[in-house]
Amino acid sequence: MTTDARRPPPRRLFGTWGRRELQGLFWQVLVVGIAVAVVGFLWSNTVTNLSARRITTGFAFLGREAGMPIADSLLAYNPRDTYLWAFIVGVANTLRVAVIGIVLATILGTLIGISRLSANWLLSRLAAVYVETLRDIPLLLQLLFWYVLMQALPAARAAWRPFEGVFLSNRGLILPAIPVGTPQLWMLGTAVLGLVVFYAIRRWLIAQQMRDGRPRVTWPFAVGLILALPATVSVLLGVSWTIEWPQLRGFNFVGGLTLAPEYFALLIALVTYTSAFIAEIVRSGIQSVPRGQWDAANALGLRRSFMLRQIILPQALRVIVPPMTSQYLNLTKNSSLAVAIGYQDVVSIANTTLNQTGQAIEAIALIMAVFLTISLSISFFMNWYNARIALVER
Amino acid sequence: MTVIADIPEAPRAARRPQAGNPVLRWLRANLFSSIPNGILTVVLLALLAKGIFSFVQWGITNAVWLTPATDSSACRALRGVGACWAIIPEKYRFILFGTYPFDEQWRPALSVLLFIALFYLSTRRALWRRELVFLWIGVLALISVLMWGGVLGLSFVSQDRWGGLPVTLILATFGLAFGFPLGILVALGRRSKLPAIRSLSVLYVELIRGVPLVSLLFMASVMFPLFMPSGFNIDKLLRAQIAIILFAGAYLAEVIRGGLQAVPRGQYEAADALGLSYWRKNRLIILPQAIRHVIPPLVNTFIAFFKDTSLVLIIGIFDLLTTAKTAIIDPAWQQFSVEVYIFVAAIYFVFCFAMSRYSRSLEATSRR
Repeated sequence: MTTDARRPPPRRLFGTWGRRELQGLFWQVLVVGIAVAVVGFLWSNTVTNLSARRITTGFAFLGREAGMPIADSLLAYNPRDTYLWAFIVGVANTLRVAVIGIVLATILGTLIGISRLSANWLLSRLAAVYVETLRDIPLLLQLLFWYVLMQALPAARAAWRPFEGVFLSNRGLILPAIPVGTPQLWMLGTAVLGLVVFYAIRRWLIAQQMRDGRPRVTWPFAVGLILALPATVSVLLGVSWTIEWPQLRGFNFVGGLTLAPEYFALLIALVTYTSAFIAEIVRSGIQSVPRGQWDAANALGLRRSFMLRQIILPQALRVIVPPMTSQYLNLTKNSSLAVAIGYQDVVSIANTTLNQTGQAIEAIALIMAVFLTISLSISFFMNWYNARIALVER
Repeated sequence: MTVIADIPEAPRAARRPQAGNPVLRWLRANLFSSIPNGILTVVLLALLAKGIFSFVQWGITNAVWLTPATDSSACRALRGVGACWAIIPEKYRFILFGTYPFDEQWRPALSVLLFIALFYLSTRRALWRRELVFLWIGVLALISVLMWGGVLGLSFVSQDRWGGLPVTLILATFGLAFGFPLGILVALGRRSKLPAIRSLSVLYVELIRGVPLVSLLFMASVMFPLFMPSGFNIDKLLRAQIAIILFAGAYLAEVIRGGLQAVPRGQYEAADALGLSYWRKNRLIILPQAIRHVIPPLVNTFIAFFKDTSLVLIIGIFDLLTTAKTAIIDPAWQQFSVEVYIFVAAIYFVFCFAMSRYSRSLEATSRR
């Protein structure tokens, strides 16, 4: 080694800063500068345009009377309510489609995904055709197709009656229903509470079992908390469980639960379309479990249901959950296609608001806020679930 | 494709003696391996036969295939017992090309063929070279000349008369051609060490992916004029195109980011050791590997994106789905929308199915 190695490094312009840091700073300043300039340009144009068109900004319009009709809604609404309330009704309608759609699409998709793996050649082929066809046709086209079919159904008087009390006509699907009042809600509340308490007790018992190895019985708690407790409440409050059967009076139905054609078409389209994607996710999840796991479980002589529940499914879920999250998000975002057939979800109502008031920025900001909130909630929950089931390595 | 057997039953099925007629053996193994399976097969066959029979009856035997021009009486006489395919020869030029001047419709037709040829050439692995980029630029320029005209003796056709299949292909292809480089930049930005660039990229991707495409299209159609200086206004089609490019960019960025993550660290270190600059490192070493990793998911994103262009219906742009919907507004033909939707669905299906087959074949070759 020569003395060169001990010489201090050459002085640089910015002390210990190297060329790379300087370059980095340059690029960041450049990109942020461009972004700020573009946003500023758009902002100043918008302000000029808004004042030229005499549109006031802000959310004050939300307090005004909406005056728009909403045909089908979960919450009570009349046209004299405020824009804010109309908007909340729209959010409720979006959630009504999304939540029920997610549940149904998961069930249908799982069934089809398992069918594709069936030993029965015909069943697996049919499932494959279902998946390929639905995946390769735009959702909007499918939605319009279902809507046209709904409208082509017979009128209320000639409605199809596949089962007693179920009517399918161009007024939508009408089902028998149990009217829900306060006592029923109390009962439902007790059942949910019972479920939570049971879950806590079960966890505690399993922890006990982990300590001393003696198995504990959990089912009496389940029966007591989830069945007996709500039943007692139901008897005490005198809840009546009469089913309301829909009846045809004149030109329309009275009583029962009505799923409007728009809602029904949207639900069918979202569920069938998303189920095709879920089927593929479930299939790849099950296939990802190594064959040896099945063989080992068989060799231990485990019952088939136990084997699926305790060995195969937990491993398959690790592969299934992350892509499933994006399908749930997709279904929720796709529910915004409702605007094409006139089901009044949040996008459709915000769009009407926009046309009535000219408050374009606010209306679109509200849509974005709602969907970002829903997306973040779903991914938060699914990430939590994913972390719970993920493989813990060392 | 191989048939995947129901896993718990497969070992038993495999141990069956291999004797007898191969057809019978196949039937036994695949359709009647157990009693419940046999019952299932019979039930499915019955349902399938019923379904096919009623479709054949509606779609072929009872259907009307041709009627005298603009006369739908033969179809209306059917009263729903048969399909009215006569609406397709009646309306197909409007569905395919919208309100493009009738005598000039060979130009959009030729454009569609050029698009298809371009896609086909792009799938050939032997042609994945730099020249392909020039080919894309050349063909897209040629298509613009054909569609607009105004030069080489072609009459000028303004954008608001375009419609149908060429518009769908234009929205998808230009969305891709611009969204892809944008996606690469954003993906690199998201993995950059520079905090400001990283956060801007994350913000962009999460904002676009967090909201429905419909709201982006609304934004393009309603808010874009507000954003621009007064007197400066661009065409509705171009505004939708910009929204679609931004949308595609965010989704493609995430796919490419996955590919970047799959490139081993050693490749980065080797490139650094060679003293390559950031851009040369990415262009010559990292990106080619990253993109090769994610070709199948890229094709799947293209399929999703191709279907999503149909959403422009909501802001009233005349793509293929909108022309189909408009074609059946005509009161004489109003009842026959199902037939038109089936026709259009078949067109979308052909494009998407071809892409998905291609993606499957790529996966098979890359796994080898």
